[in-house]
Amino acid sequence: MSEYRRDQPRDEIILNMGPHHPSTHGVLRFVLHTDGEIMNKAVPDVGYLHRGLEKIAEGKTYPHFMPYTDRINYLEAMFTNQAWAMAVERLMDLEVPRRAEFLRVITCELNRIANHCVTLGSISMDLGAYTPFVYLLREREIINDLFEELCGNRLTFNYMRIGGVSADAPEGWFDKILKFLDKFDKVTYELRSLISGNEILLNRMLDIAPTCAEDAVAYGLVGPNLRASGVDWDLRRDQPYSVYSEFKFDVPVGGKGERGTAGDCFYRWDVREEEMRQSSRIIRQAIEKIPEGEIVAKVPRKIKPPVGEVYSVVEGARGEIGVYLVSDGSDKPYRAKWRSSSFSALSMIEYISPGLMIADLVAVISTMDTIAPEMDR
Amino acid sequence: MTPEAIKDLLAAKLAADVGWNDELAGDPFATVEADKWHEACRIAKDEPELFFDFLRAQTGTDYPDDGSIEVVVHLFSYKNRHSFVLKTRVDRKKPLVQSVQDLWPAANWYEREIFDLLGVEFSGHPDLRRLVLPEDWVGHPLRKDYKEQDSYQGISTLRPGYARVEAGGKKKKKKKKAKTAEPKPEEPKPEESKPEESKPEEPKPEEPKPEESKPEESKISKPSGDGEDEV
Repeated sequence: MSEYRRDQPRDEIILNMGPHHPSTHGVLRFVLHTDGEIMNKAVPDVGYLHRGLEKIAEGKTYPHFMPYTDRINYLEAMFTNQAWAMAVERLMDLEVPRRAEFLRVITCELNRIANHCVTLGSISMDLGAYTPFVYLLREREIINDLFEELCGNRLTFNYMRIGGVSADAPEGWFDKILKFLDKFDKVTYELRSLISGNEILLNRMLDIAPTCAEDAVAYGLVGPNLRASGVDWDLRRDQPYSVYSEFKFDVPVGGKGERGTAGDCFYRWDVREEEMRQSSRIIRQAIEKIPEGEIVAKVPRKIKPPVGEVYSVVEGARGEIGVYLVSDGSDKPYRAKWRSSSFSALSMIEYISPGLMIADLVAVISTMDTIAPEMDR
Repeated sequence: MTPEAIKDLLAAKLAADVGWNDELAGDPFATVEADKWHEACRIAKDEPELFFDFLRAQTGTDYPDDGSIEVVVHLFSYKNRHSFVLKTRVDRKKPLVQSVQDLWPAANWYEREIFDLLGVEFSGHPDLRRLVLPEDWVGHPLRKDYKEQDSYQGISTLRPGYARVEAGGKKKKKKKKAKTAEPKPEEPKPEESKPEESKPEEPKPEEPKPEESKPEESKISKPSGDGEDEV
C-alpha cells in the first residue's frame, strides 16, 4: 500500500480498519487517512470475498447456477434467487403460474423482514446498543424456521426454480405466518418507542453523513438508501414485476420528519423500519389472495434460452438487484453480471468520508447496509 | 420514450451512425464506435429529453471470435422513466476506451472492475487500479481464454489431486470441432498436458476419449432436429 503514503500530508496518520473488524460486516478493509479523530479520506479496499461467481456461472447450466445465487448475498437469498429466475424467464419468454408468483412474493417479503431485522440490529450494535440485536434476531429466527419448513434451508434457500418455485406451502404454513405477523407488528412499534426514539442512538444518527438526492442518484444508490435521500422510487410500485401491482402498500421516503436531514443515517434506519411494516401488509394481502394451482411452469428439460441478452431487475432488501445475462443459445450463460447495491453504496464512501469522525464511518457503513460478499461476488 | 426513439434522437445529436439490434431475444440495444463513446454517453446524460441520470450497471463481455471486447452501459432516467442499453466494441489486443466516470461517478468502480476482470483500459480514469483481485494478479479472469496462473506468491492455486477446470466456453468448441474432423481430438492433448504436475496427466488422456466419442454420436442427431424449438 505504498502509493497511499507517497503524497501524504505531514500531519496525517494512516489507520487500517479491517479486514477483520466487527463493524465492517464481512471481510472488508478501509484505509483511513486521519487527522486526529477527523478523517481526511476513507479508501475502501474490497475483494477479500471474491469467489468469481460470474466466472463460475459461465461454466454452469442455468438451473445449476441457482444454488450459487444464494451465496451472492446470504441475507437476501430469496431475492437473488428471484433475480436469476426472472432473468432466465424473461429471456425464454416463460410465464410463471400465479400461485408460484404469490409464493415468491410471500417468501421475498418475509426475507425482507428478516434482512431488515439483521440490519437494524447490527446498526444498533455498531452504535453501542447490543440488546436490540438479540431481540431482532429472535424475530428473524422465527422466519428462518418458517423457511426451513418450506424448503429445508434456513439461510441459503435455493427455493426458486426457473419457471416457478421448488415446493408448495406445507399445511398450516400460512396460518403460522399470520400468527408471526400479528406478533411482529407489535414488535415494530416497540422498536420505535424503545430504540429508534432513544436519544443516545438518535444523536449518533441524526444529520450524520447526509447524501442529497443528486449525489445518491449519481453514485447509483438504490433501494432504502436512495429512498432515505428523498427519491420516491420503488421498483415494486413504479416498474411492477411479478404480481406486485395487485397489492396496496406505501413507499416510505426520507426527509419527511421533524428532525434530521434527508439521506442521513437516521433516515436510512427510519425507511427500513417502515418497510418492515409495509412488507407485513403485502404478505397479509398475498395470503388472502393466493390462488390454487401449479407451482412450476412447463419448462423444457434442457433449458436453452434463445440468443440474446437481458437486464432484469428486482427490488431486493437493499434495492435493485440487476442481472445482466447474455445467452449464446447454448445451455450455459455466455456472460452473467450481477449489479448489487452494496457495490455502489461502498463506492460512495470515499466521496462522503472527508470530514467525518471515525466513529461516524461505522454508522455510515452499517446504515448503508453494505455486505461484503454481495460486493465482491 | 421507446428505446427506438431514444436511439434515433441519439443518432441525430451525435451526427454519426448508431447501430441498432432488436432482433435478438430480450432487450434491444444500440452500438456506437469506440471513439464516439464518451460523446454518446454525454448526450444520453445531458439531453433533457433523454436525461439518463442513473447508471444502472456498466460491464464488459469478451468475444474472442470477433477479436473484440464489448463495453455496455445500462441507463435509466428517474425523471423520464425510460431505460436504454448502449454498447461499444474495443479491440481485444489493445482495449482502450474513454472513461465515463466524469458523467456518472458510479462508473468509477464499475470501470475499475472491468479493468480488473477483462483488462479494458479507460482513458481519463483518475484511479484505474484492480478492484477485487490483488494488484499482482496475472491475467483477466472474465476473458474466455483465461488460464489461471499455477501459483500465486508461491502458493499453488490447484488443490492436490484435482485437475484444472477449463473455462466454460472453451470446452464446447473443442467438442464441436471434434464432430467435423476426426484427427482433431488428438490436438487438445498436448495443451492439456501442459500443467507441470504428474498426477492429473494420467487420468486426463483417458477421460476425454469417452467424452468426445459420445457427443459425436449424440450431436449428429441434434443439428438436424434443432431441438430447442420443438421441445
